[in-house]
Amino acid sequence: MSSEYRKWQCIVCGFIYDEAAGLPEDGIAPGTRWEDIPEDWACPECGVAKADFEMVEITA
Amino acid sequence: MSEHSGGNEPVVIVGAGLAGYTTARELRKHDRARPLVIVTADDGAFYSKPMLSNALAQHKAPADLALKDAAGMAAELDAEILTRTRVAAIDPAARTVTTGGGRTLSYGDLVLATGAVPVRVPLEGDAAGAVISVNHLDDYARFRDALPDGGTVLIMGPGLIGCEFANDLAAAGHPVHVVGPAPHPLDRLLPEPAARRLQQALAELGVTWHLGTTVAAVERGGGTLRARLADGTGVDAHVVLSAVGLAPDTRLAAAAGLTVNRGIVVDRHLRTSGAHVWALGDCAEVEGLVLPFVMPLMACARALGATLGGTPTAVRYPPMPVTVKTPACPVVVCPPVPPVEGAWEVDEGGDGVRGLYRDGQGHLRGFALTGGRVREKQALVKDIPPWLDGQAASDG
Ligand SMILES: Cc1cc2nc3c(=O)[nH]c(=O)nc-3n(C[C@H](O)[C@H](O)[C@H](O)COP(=O)(O)OP(=O)(O)OC[C@H]3O[C@@H](n4cnc5c(N)ncnc54)[C@H](O)[C@@H]3O)c2cc1C
Ligand SMILES: [Zn+2]
Repeated sequence: MSSEYRKWQCIVCGFIYDEAAGLPEDGIAPGTRWEDIPEDWACPECGVAKADFEMVEITA
Repeated sequence: MSEHSGGNEPVVIVGAGLAGYTTARELRKHDRARPLVIVTADDGAFYSKPMLSNALAQHKAPADLALKDAAGMAAELDAEILTRTRVAAIDPAARTVTTGGGRTLSYGDLVLATGAVPVRVPLEGDAAGAVISVNHLDDYARFRDALPDGGTVLIMGPGLIGCEFANDLAAAGHPVHVVGPAPHPLDRLLPEPAARRLQQALAELGVTWHLGTTVAAVERGGGTLRARLADGTGVDAHVVLSAVGLAPDTRLAAAAGLTVNRGIVVDRHLRTSGAHVWALGDCAEVEGLVLPFVMPLMACARALGATLGGTPTAVRYPPMPVTVKTPACPVVVCPPVPPVEGAWEVDEGGDGVRGLYRDGQGHLRGFALTGGRVREKQALVKDIPPWLDGQAASDG
């Protein structure tokens, strides 16, 4: 594992997906990369689809 | 009359908030050719409104929140966007709208996405007019301009938006006072033990609560504002923020003779009482439900985009819990929708509170979670029936 975990933010509602933490309650294990999240996944806060590219990488 | 027979006449959308823009995006997934005009009273910048109440924590200035300007949105959506333009009137019979500047636009279909207007409580005092309500990026920019470094903020209204601003401001080092008539914050959404956790966590962050009272007057004095509370207390603050509530903006619809109740009345297809006039978002009342949150409006926008694109689609609401952005005490609440007689069953375990709201038959109809127990959301939501299922008698 060379690269660090990143965080992604939904531009519609501000929800932050942290790769390190994952979303265990949503069936996404800690450490899951953004690329590896299924295409039919939707933002848990606002329902925006992953396929709509509404998440942007943030540095925090 | 067919439900989407606007043909190739333009779709005109009034409002460039999340409801208006998402409808436009969804329409474009189904139809790239139909002429599309968006008319908005603001500058048409696309921004995430929920981020207004946690912008400080994310080190964002108001200008950073505007993700795309109107020109960028017009290019993305193949739309004409009329900014800083108010729609003054609708003529449903002639299928036209008239702008404040006197321009008349014809529509095949008209989408009302006019949002909500902040409720204002009458106040005495020579600075009553200086009270700021934040329901738009422009309001938020004015608020931040008025707020000096480390300045004190008095927030009227311990509801969702009031608590979120209190958390964001206090965490950034601003002294914060919150005033409201209820005995606890988020009084209408949370069982008392959950509300007390939130109240305590925000107090530990530096929020001073003035509950069971209201602001009577706001006056100018010595470079700041001075609020006089009904219980006699005086509070000095640099800015007074009103977050006492939002009411659907039904003015245009009402003036045009469309049916209006709490919001603009629409059915599961987002149809108003007027032919070829649709509504969604904070301004709308969908089958009796006024749900001024992002998730419901996204569901509506997906359905309406499909309908206007030629595939009549009824909206379906799953249960949609709301996350309150108070990191000092995470809160997730799933209110009973539609409202139902019932009682809270509260479990106060170590790292948070779990409230289960059950109806008379013992069925789970809502829940409230705080602290570490917000993790239980996904499991609980599975047991809640849909708020609005898509199988309507009006289908077809
Ligand atoms: C501070 C804050 C935090 C929030 N946080 C959350 C959250 O965490 N999660 C959540 O789900 N929801 C949250 N909400 C609610 C959510 O942001 C709103 O439900 C949503 O943004 C409403 O979008 P809308 O498009 O319906 O309305 P608006 O964004 O209000 O858009 C209305 C549009 O209509 C235009 N308009 C109105 N009248 C006219 C006219 N006559 N002519 C032309 N244009 C007109 C306006 O200029 C504007 O462009 C929050 C709200 C606020 C204020
Ligand atoms: Zn989102």
